[in-house]
Amino acid sequence: MRAKRFLPLLAFLVLAALLYKGLSIDPTELPAARLGQPFPDFVKAELKSGQPISAEALMPGPALVNVWATWCYSCRVEHPYLLALAAQGVPIYGLNYKDESQKALAWLDQLGDPYRLNIVDAEGSLGLDLGVYGAPETYVIGADGRIVHRHVGVLDEAVFARDFRRWFPSVMTDEAAKKVREGNG
Amino acid sequence: MIPELGHVALIIAFMLAVGLALLPLWGSFSRDTAKMNLAPSLAIGVMLFVTIAFSMLATSFLNDDFTVAVVAANSNSLLPPIFKFSALWGNHEGSLLLWVLILSGWMTAVAFFSRGLPLIMVARVLSVMGMIAVGFLAFSLLTSNPFERLLPNTPMDGNDLNPLLQDPGLIIHPPLLYMGYVGLSVPFAFAIAALLGGRLDASWARWSRPWTNVAWGFLSLGIMLGSWWAYYELGWGGWWFWDPVENASFMPWLMGTALVHSLAVTEKRGVFRSWTVLLAIFAFSLSLLGTFLVRSGVLTSVHAFASDPERGLFILIFLALVVGGSLLLYAMRAPVVASRVTYGPVSRESLLMVNNLVFTVATTVVLLGTLFPLVMDAFSLGKYSVGPPYFNAVFVPLMALVTPFMMVGPLSRWRDDSVRRWVNELLIPALGVAVIAVAAALMSSDRFNIWIALSVLLAGWVTLGVLRDLIRRLLSGGQGKLRWRALSPSFLGMSLAHLGFAAVMLGAVVVTQQNQERDLRMAVGDVEELGGYRFELKRLGQLAGPNYIADQAVFEVSRAGELLTVLVPEKRRYLASGQIMTEAAIDASLWRDLYVALGEPIGKDAWAVRLQYKPMVRFLWLGALLIGLGALVTVFDRRYRAQSRVKATIESGALSVAS
Amino acid sequence: MRSWVHTLLMCFSLWAGEGFAVIETYEFSSPDLAARYHRLSQELRCPKCQNQNIADSNAPIARDLRVVLHDQLEQGASDEEILAFMVARYGEFVRYRPSVDRQTIWLWVAPLGLMCMGVMALAWHFRNRQTASPAPLTAAEQAQLEKLLKEPRA
Repeated sequence: MRAKRFLPLLAFLVLAALLYKGLSIDPTELPAARLGQPFPDFVKAELKSGQPISAEALMPGPALVNVWATWCYSCRVEHPYLLALAAQGVPIYGLNYKDESQKALAWLDQLGDPYRLNIVDAEGSLGLDLGVYGAPETYVIGADGRIVHRHVGVLDEAVFARDFRRWFPSVMTDEAAKKVREGNG
Repeated sequence: MIPELGHVALIIAFMLAVGLALLPLWGSFSRDTAKMNLAPSLAIGVMLFVTIAFSMLATSFLNDDFTVAVVAANSNSLLPPIFKFSALWGNHEGSLLLWVLILSGWMTAVAFFSRGLPLIMVARVLSVMGMIAVGFLAFSLLTSNPFERLLPNTPMDGNDLNPLLQDPGLIIHPPLLYMGYVGLSVPFAFAIAALLGGRLDASWARWSRPWTNVAWGFLSLGIMLGSWWAYYELGWGGWWFWDPVENASFMPWLMGTALVHSLAVTEKRGVFRSWTVLLAIFAFSLSLLGTFLVRSGVLTSVHAFASDPERGLFILIFLALVVGGSLLLYAMRAPVVASRVTYGPVSRESLLMVNNLVFTVATTVVLLGTLFPLVMDAFSLGKYSVGPPYFNAVFVPLMALVTPFMMVGPLSRWRDDSVRRWVNELLIPALGVAVIAVAAALMSSDRFNIWIALSVLLAGWVTLGVLRDLIRRLLSGGQGKLRWRALSPSFLGMSLAHLGFAAVMLGAVVVTQQNQERDLRMAVGDVEELGGYRFELKRLGQLAGPNYIADQAVFEVSRAGELLTVLVPEKRRYLASGQIMTEAAIDASLWRDLYVALGEPIGKDAWAVRLQYKPMVRFLWLGALLIGLGALVTVFDRRYRAQSRVKATIESGALSVAS
Repeated sequence: MRSWVHTLLMCFSLWAGEGFAVIETYEFSSPDLAARYHRLSQELRCPKCQNQNIADSNAPIARDLRVVLHDQLEQGASDEEILAFMVARYGEFVRYRPSVDRQTIWLWVAPLGLMCMGVMALAWHFRNRQTASPAPLTAAEQAQLEKLLKEPRA
C-alpha cells in the first residue's frame, strides 16, 4: 500500500503550515481576560481631590484607562503622547498603580496631566481585578462601559493608529494636528 | 582584521560545503569515482575553514574586541577568560557557529572511520551532511553573521555575559548537547543514502549503529548536564521544567532511544526497516525542529535566544526542504515488500516493537503538549499554557508502561519465544523485588507511599532483568567456569544504559515524593531542623569576586551532634550589569543533597532562607551518566572493528576462519 | 524599607523574571494549606514572565499573585475557586495544567488515544502475519549454506 508511505510527509506538511502561522503570532501578547465585560466595579480615592469614586466616573465611553506609576520608566516615555491625545479631546482616566500619591502628584505637576481623573490603587487590588500585570497598560472602554481592548506597553501613534482608531476616529495624527495648528495660527 | 579573516573562512567553508553537497552525490549516480572520492577531502576542507572561523571569533572574544557586535553584546573586560571563551556560544550567532563546527567534526569523523564502507555509500552520506552544512552556513552568513562589526561607534566595554551563564555549565552543556543534536545527522544521512541507493538491509543498519549510539549517548549527557546545571544555578532546586527548549532537546532523545533499539533489530534480523528509516529521519528532524523553536520566537521560553521571525522563516524553509524532502524520498523509496523473515507475537522483536511504539507515542505526546499553545493561538481559540502538571501526568505512565518490557527484554529470544519461559525465569525473583518494594515504601515514611513502592518495583525489575542476563552469560560456558568474554561491549553498554534508566526513574520519584523544604526567616544564631539535619546560621559576611560583590551567609550543618559541613550561600550583584543572582550552597552525596539558598534580606541581619533536603536526587544524573556511558561503550564492540581485520586477513592471503 | 525592596523588585520587572529563587516567608495555619500553596503556586503561570510559575518568578505581579493565593487559601477557598479567580482575570494562559473542557479535551485524550491506536495496530499486524516456518532448504541451498559458513566472518 504505497499511499500509506505518504502519511508522514502529510503530517509534516500540516506541522510546517502550523509553524508558519506561528511566525506571525506573538506568543507573549495576552489579550485581556475581561474583554467584553463591564469595567470591574471599585470604590477608590481620586488622586487630586481625595474623594471616593467608582466605575461610574469613567462613563460614558469610549474612553481610555491608562495604568501608570512613577516607578515605571516606559510610562514616562508614553506620557507626551497621552498629553497630545488629551489635547484632542480623548477622555483619558488614569489608574495610579501601586504607587505613592505624593510622588504621583509631583510627577503630574512636573510633566503635565492628561487625565480627567486618576484612580489611586495603592495595593493594586483594582489592577488585579482588571488583570493588569505590568505598567504601562491602556484599556479602552466602549460606549456601553465594557472593556473592548487592552494594550500592554507604551502607547504611541503607531499603536493608536493600528488598534485604537476604530473607537476614536476623529483623532488626528501628529502631522495632521500640526497642519491644523499651523493653518489656524 | 581577525574578524574579517573569520568571515572569509566561513565563506570558503560555505563554498566547499556546496561542493560537498553536489559533487559526490552526482558522482554516486553517474558512477564517477573521481567525484565520489572528493567527499572526504571536501569534508575535511569544510572542517578546516569552519575551525579557522571559530578560532577567529574566539580570538575576538578573548581579546575583548568590542568592535565585533556579538562580543560587545555578550562579553565584558572584567569577565574571567574562560567565560569570555564560552560566551562565544552563549548567544544565537556564536552558537550557530558552534553547531556548524560540530557538524563538520562529525563529517570528518565519518570520512575517517568509513574506510571499509562502499564508496557510493560514503559519498552519499557525506553529501547529505554537506547539504545540512550548506543550510546552516547560509543561515549564518545571510541572517546571523557572527563577524558583524560595530564601526565606527564602538562601545567602550561590553554588555557582560548574563550572570546565569557565567558558570562551568555553560562551558560543557552546549557543546555536549550539540554533539548529540548534530550527531543525529549521521544516522539521518545514512538513512537518506540507503533510501537513495534502494539498499535498506542489515549492513546499512550495522554501519549506522555506532554513529547513532555515540550521538545519542552525547545527547543523553548533554541533557543531563542541562538538568544538573539548572539545579544548582537557578536556586530553587528544580531539575526539569518541561520548558519548550528543554522539550526541544528531549524529543530527539526519545526518538533516538527508539532508533537505537530499532537499529539493533534491523541489523540482527533485517526487519523493522521502514520503522528504522523513519525513526532516523524523525530523530534528526526533531533536532532541526528544536533549532527552529529555540530561535524563531514562536514559543516563549526562559532559554530561548533573542527571537527574530525573519530568522525563524529561514529555518522553517530549511526544515521544510530537509524534512519534506526526506519524507518524500521515504514515500517513494521505502520498501513496500515486507521482509520474508517473520517473528511471532511473543519474541524479542515484538518486545522491541512495543518499545518503538511507546517511545514514539511519548515523543508525540511531548510534541503535542509543547505545540498546543501554538495550535490554539493559530486557530484563535485563546491563549493557553501547558506545563509540568500536564507533562508529568501523561509522560510518567508511559515510562512506567515500558519498564516491565525492559525486564523481560534482555532475556527474550529472537523470533519465537514463550511467555511460560519468561515466567519460569523471572516470576520468583520478580515477586522478591515486589516484596522489597513494599518494604522500602513502608520504611521510607510513616505512610505507605504507593509511588515509592512502584518506582522501587519497576527499577528493581529492570535491574533484575540486567542481572539475570549477566548471570546467564557468565555461566554460559558451562562446567561452572565464568565466561567473561561473553560480556561484550555491546552487552555491557546495554546493561549500563538500562541500569541508568532504572536509576533515573527511582531518583525522580523519590526526590519528588520525599523532598522536604522550608522557607523561613533566619538571623544569626537561628537554628532549623530539616530531614534529620540541623542548620545553624553562624554569621553573615561580604565577599568581592572578580566581577561581582556577594553577601554571604555561613551555615553550619550537623547531624546527631556532629558537624558535617559548612554551607555558604551567596547573593551576588554583578558589577557590569547590576544584575542580582542567588548562588545556592549544596552539600552533595549519593543518597541526599542538602540545599540552602538565600532569598531577600529582611532588615540588616536576617535573610529569607530556603532549606531543602533532597533524597536521591543525584540518582537522576548518575543514571543519565550511565545511559550516556553505556551508549558510548557499545561502540567498542568487535563487530564494528572486524571489518578492518577481515581486510587484513584477506590481504595477507590467509583464509582460515577468524574468530 | 518596604519601598526599597519594592524598588528592587520593580527593577526586576524590566528583565522578564530571571530564574532566581524567590524565597518568602509565609505562615500557614495548617500544613495542608502549605502543601496546597506549594502545589498551586507551581501550577499558576506568571502572566508576564518568559515561562515561569509564580513560585519561581521575581516579577512584581508574581509576588502579588502569591499573596493573593496565600490569602485565598487562608480564607478557605477551594482549588477550583482559586483557579477560576485567576483565570477570570488573566485567562487560561495562567494555568499550567490546562482545564479539561470541550476545547482542550483532545490534549488530555491524545496520549491514551495514541497508545490504544498503537496497540490496535500491533494486534492487527500480528493477526495478519503467519508464523509458519519457512520451507526447508533444498540440497543446493544446503550446500551453499555450508560453503558460506566456512568463509571468514565479516
